[in-house]
Amino acid sequence: MNNRSQKILPVIMPVMMAPKARPDDRFRLQRWHGFALVAVLITASIPAFAATDPARASMFEVLQRWMPLLLKGFVFNIIISISAMAIGTVAGAVLGLGQISLIAPVRKISWLITQFFRNAPWLVLLFFAMFLLPFELKIFGLTIPLPDWLKAMFGLSLPVMANVSEIVRGGVMSLPSGQWEAAESLAFSRQQTLWRIILPQCVKRMLPPWMNLYSILTMATVLASIVGVSEVMTLTGQALAAEGGRSDLLIPFYSFVLFLFFIYCYPIARWTVRLEKKFAVIT
Amino acid sequence: MAWTDKEPMVSIRDVHKSFGALEVLKGVSLDVMKGEVICIIGPSGSGKSTLIRCVNALNDIQSGSIKVEGQEVNDPHLNKLELRKKVGMVFQQYNLFPHKNALENIMMAPLLVLKDNKVEVEKLARSLIKKVRLEGKEESYPGELSGGQQQRVAIARSLAMNPDVMLFDEVTAALDPETVNEVLLTIKELAQDGMTCILVTHEMGFAKEVADHIYFTDRGVIVEHGPPTEFFEQAKDPRTIEFLGQIL
Ligand SMILES: Nc1ncnc2c1ncn2[C@@H]1O[C@H](COP(=O)(O)OP(=O)(O)OP(=O)(O)O)[C@@H](O)[C@H]1O
Ligand SMILES: [Mg+2]
Repeated sequence: MNNRSQKILPVIMPVMMAPKARPDDRFRLQRWHGFALVAVLITASIPAFAATDPARASMFEVLQRWMPLLLKGFVFNIIISISAMAIGTVAGAVLGLGQISLIAPVRKISWLITQFFRNAPWLVLLFFAMFLLPFELKIFGLTIPLPDWLKAMFGLSLPVMANVSEIVRGGVMSLPSGQWEAAESLAFSRQQTLWRIILPQCVKRMLPPWMNLYSILTMATVLASIVGVSEVMTLTGQALAAEGGRSDLLIPFYSFVLFLFFIYCYPIARWTVRLEKKFAVIT
Repeated sequence: MAWTDKEPMVSIRDVHKSFGALEVLKGVSLDVMKGEVICIIGPSGSGKSTLIRCVNALNDIQSGSIKVEGQEVNDPHLNKLELRKKVGMVFQQYNLFPHKNALENIMMAPLLVLKDNKVEVEKLARSLIKKVRLEGKEESYPGELSGGQQQRVAIARSLAMNPDVMLFDEVTAALDPETVNEVLLTIKELAQDGMTCILVTHEMGFAKEVADHIYFTDRGVIVEHGPPTEFFEQAKDPRTIEFLGQIL
């Protein structure tokens, strides 16, 4: 490697990482935004109020009645997201390390798998998992049932895996080559260099994109409703059907679902931005 | 045929090295005896870094021979790790491990590579910190040290492996002028202790003072070489004269 480029790398890295990640403060959410949101929702439901016939339960009562079930459904979304993230992270880490392997076939196959799953629509992958996986697994005479939610979890972990693989590869590549050279010239083996020098430094850099991916995954768990998993969207649909398809309930119910996701994902997004800022300064 | 220190510690013979179609070294030869300090100078892009990086096999070569203590480096079966235990290297950009403090930076290689005893290694590391005059900075992280301090930690880190030869690649080129001297002083002391050193440098005064032999390279060949007084006062090749004229 040329000295010139070595000199530039560590210097420009924070500059390359920093922008975009830093949202303009004008666009940050403030407390009044929350009130505004609620106000909009209430205004939007006024026609529903007007149409309310006293004999029918008010929409708030209905929502309140269904809330425990919807919350349970949402918890299920969270569980699916966490487990898909865990599986996808482990598989993706292995795949990402495969992408930087010195063994060419391993590198190429890992690259291919990564690209394939990264460039496939999540919904298609979900269907793929739903219909390709059997409803039960027989291993050594042991029958393990594979319920739909488990299959959905596997399906969603595929794109996570591919994205984690890229995050790992990108993280390793983003370190200045001087770190590799210093370790090599101290007679570190490749394994030692990777595990003791490179990866510990990359973890910090990989954390923000990894958390970002988790947010996206969480929001994508509602796709599982399309394949019939009883997560929050499916349950909302069922609740609305049970209420006789009252159209005045649509907005409050779906707003509630939006609200749940927002409450969960927004803090993660804020935290990600904070980490990004922090790591952009101390590289 | 065991190597003895009557023979060159590093022997470079007709080395050719290309990056793709670009031939960077076009037949370079030089010898370094045990305890000798040589300086390589020359214009940017002449292949100085490439040459010394070949000595510890960070770069491979296309033809020729490099022997370190009689061991051929240009050998596909070479155990690079064994070679690198004997050859220390310090870089222009220090390349300290930012997630480890000064002491840990120094201790890592002896612990992981040589598998030495931790108590012994820590003792060694502390004495090296003292040697490079950085007492009190043991717990500091690289980001908290000045360039000159970082570079001295990097030198100590290399010394912790107890190498037989040290390679220095423009180790003061990235430093503020005020901190250049503290690093040069450390290297000078090392040379006085009898360490075999190959230095790439732009510090002519320093080269004159510490080097036993100076090599001037240009476009992949050694144009002229000699002991410092002779080299600086009686340069013959017009390229050397032009280079010295620009830099002095
Ligand atoms: N990894 C590489 N791939 C391709 N070309 C390279 C590589 N490393 C160095 N070179 C080229 O080889 C030539 C010699 O580079 P080298 O770094 O050895 O020069 P140098 O004498 O050390 O220069 P400087 O004083 O600027 O450090 C340059 O033209 C450089 O662009
Ligand atoms: Mg150089």
